[in-house]
Amino acid sequence: MSAGTETRALARVAQAQAASPQPGEGGSRRRRKTNAVTEPEGRRGKAGYGLVSPGLIYLLLFFILPVFTLLATSLYVKPPGADVGQFAPALEFGNYAVVLGGYWTELLRSFWFALLATVLCLVIGYPMAYLIAVRLRGHAFLQGLLLVLLIAPFFTSFVLRTQAWKQILADQGFVVQTLKTLNLMPDGASLTTTSVAVVAGLTYNFLPFMVLPIYANLQGLDSRLLEAGQDLYANGVTTFRTVTFPMSMPGVLAGTLLTFIPASGDFVNAAILGNNRNTTMIGQVIESKFMRVLDYPGAAALSFILMVAILILVTLYVRRFGTRDLV
Amino acid sequence: MSRRHTDPRQNSAALRPGPQDPAVQALVRLSRTASGSRLSRRSLLAGAGGMGVASLLAACGTGGGTTPSGAATSSAALTAATDVSDTEKTVRWSNWTLYLDYNDSAGSYPTLEAFQEESGIDVSYTEDIDSNDSYFGKYQNQLAGGQDIGADIITLTDWMAARLIRLGYVQELDSANMPNAKNLLANYRDVEWDAGRKHSLTWQGGFTGLAWTKADVPQGLRTLDDLWDPQLKGRVVVLDEMLDTVGLLMMADGVDISGDWGDDEFDTALETLKKHIASGQIRQVKGNAYKEDLISGDALAVIGWSGDITQLNFENGDRWDFALPDSGGTLWADNLMVPMGATHKKNAETLFDHYYDPAVAAEVAAYVNYICPVEGAREEMEKTDPELAENPMIFPTDEYLSKARVMRSLTPEEDTKYNQAFQQAIGN
Repeated sequence: MSAGTETRALARVAQAQAASPQPGEGGSRRRRKTNAVTEPEGRRGKAGYGLVSPGLIYLLLFFILPVFTLLATSLYVKPPGADVGQFAPALEFGNYAVVLGGYWTELLRSFWFALLATVLCLVIGYPMAYLIAVRLRGHAFLQGLLLVLLIAPFFTSFVLRTQAWKQILADQGFVVQTLKTLNLMPDGASLTTTSVAVVAGLTYNFLPFMVLPIYANLQGLDSRLLEAGQDLYANGVTTFRTVTFPMSMPGVLAGTLLTFIPASGDFVNAAILGNNRNTTMIGQVIESKFMRVLDYPGAAALSFILMVAILILVTLYVRRFGTRDLV
Repeated sequence: MSRRHTDPRQNSAALRPGPQDPAVQALVRLSRTASGSRLSRRSLLAGAGGMGVASLLAACGTGGGTTPSGAATSSAALTAATDVSDTEKTVRWSNWTLYLDYNDSAGSYPTLEAFQEESGIDVSYTEDIDSNDSYFGKYQNQLAGGQDIGADIITLTDWMAARLIRLGYVQELDSANMPNAKNLLANYRDVEWDAGRKHSLTWQGGFTGLAWTKADVPQGLRTLDDLWDPQLKGRVVVLDEMLDTVGLLMMADGVDISGDWGDDEFDTALETLKKHIASGQIRQVKGNAYKEDLISGDALAVIGWSGDITQLNFENGDRWDFALPDSGGTLWADNLMVPMGATHKKNAETLFDHYYDPAVAAEVAAYVNYICPVEGAREEMEKTDPELAENPMIFPTDEYLSKARVMRSLTPEEDTKYNQAFQQAIGN
């Protein structure tokens, strides 16, 4: 057998191991079956509903209800002679066509920027997570320190940090001036108010959301599997490709979702670091429609379109890359 | 027209740490008092906090402002809430940040303290107005229902005040309770959107004009065309308040903004704006945050507000200049009003009366640097600070006023249509 097939076999073993119940948590699945025989299903069910009900009520009040209001609002019309912000209930599906026609570029751009930011976050964040979770195993202090550093940005407001970047990258700031002196940047160019700045801002702001789930996942990585890979003459890259990465997929999946979804609806980065020409994201449009134009139906329709589009994209993504653990 | 100030107590610490050493602080205080009691504390990071509020509102604003079907077509007349001023000696005032004299060392508002002592009315003063739009967006539902929004006094800019009065959201004021209101300057006394000032009183006013960094634009700016100088490419910032930016552009086209203009004039001005956004001449279109760009140097020339520039110069060295363009600038004001649901109208009127006392008005003006609308305040200021009394931003000269115009009010249709078009033009 070649080293390649050996490692592939190993990877299969590893995956099977991941899927099979672990002594700690996975065992519950088996226990449930035995319990079902000894305990009446009805009573267990009732207790279960009791425990779940606060969550269900929460979802009903703060998710289902607003979504219905949003949906209803998106179909309202402006009666003739109505003043600013006044609308009447109706079933005007044309609202959707209007906003989709007017703002499809912003919608696509949002997904494009979010995708770029997610990929960048993954490329930057995975090694960080790997370093903390695997390489520094046994160095509790260093691990803790790096984790704190990772979470530290959350202690300051998201908006303020973005604002700070705007100052750092300002035209007459240190960074731009240095780059210009070194002739690495043409004279008239700026770092802020560009799409690069917006994507960089998104990447920066959502990086912890990518690193933390991957870190949590890699923490449970069995290092014996990596050793086994080496024993079977797989080099580092092959071990990573066939063992580490596939096993960390649940973390990667969670990280990418936690990055992509909020990033596509974000408007702070584009508003602060972008311009008024080619960086507008859909969140900005929704904000301006709700708060400035007071076009509530249009804003609601756009929000709904954004929500459905994200739902479709995420479903496709999870179907393709999802693991049993998550879906 | 509106200024988006954010609380400096929360923002300035991040980027502009103040002196920590008590001795240094004392020196700073001394220097400020010495240079004319202008205790200015304007935020340099304004806009940041506003963004947070806006995002919060956008997130939970689903249908928030949609009026019930009944109110949609007929603005069913609202009735004023019962006034409990005589039994409850309190009044709640919502204002913009840094729009009232503030004493840093004591942590109090001197003129407000004086009022509380004098009248026995307890004032709960909140700086929660960040932009006309977001304030309206936040409370429209309650205002439309005549409910109490938790404020007896609100302070909003002309065009928004016009909207509230048009919609019947605010109470009529009783001049018997405010004898000092007669001190309102003549040019503010009769506005088309509130004939005879029955529903509103001017708080402070200001100009919208051109401002520039003196070192980089030594020749200054005289016309709107100067903003489009290729040398300023990518370094021009204009306001995201539609009536300000479009107003100035229309005046440059020779339109009288206080008179008869319509879609054609508006569209022409908007095209100019679009052209310069597309070419990259205009770096960004933004609200109060334009001040940061002036400080950081990202913006060298802006369309901005008069009082801000005075404040910036005071805090950051004398680096900027402000002027009304030759074609003219806009004159605007923020107005005190009492919403229909407010329960302390009489107390509110007592407070208005206090601030229309010329001496009190002069004290406020010395701090905020915007146009003081009170007759006799200038004479009062001459006694305390003769130099500041000469400032045309606070007490405008006839020459200044002759170059400024007040924007005419918009019809409901125009209000919606122009806002929409403007937002689209600036990429939103």
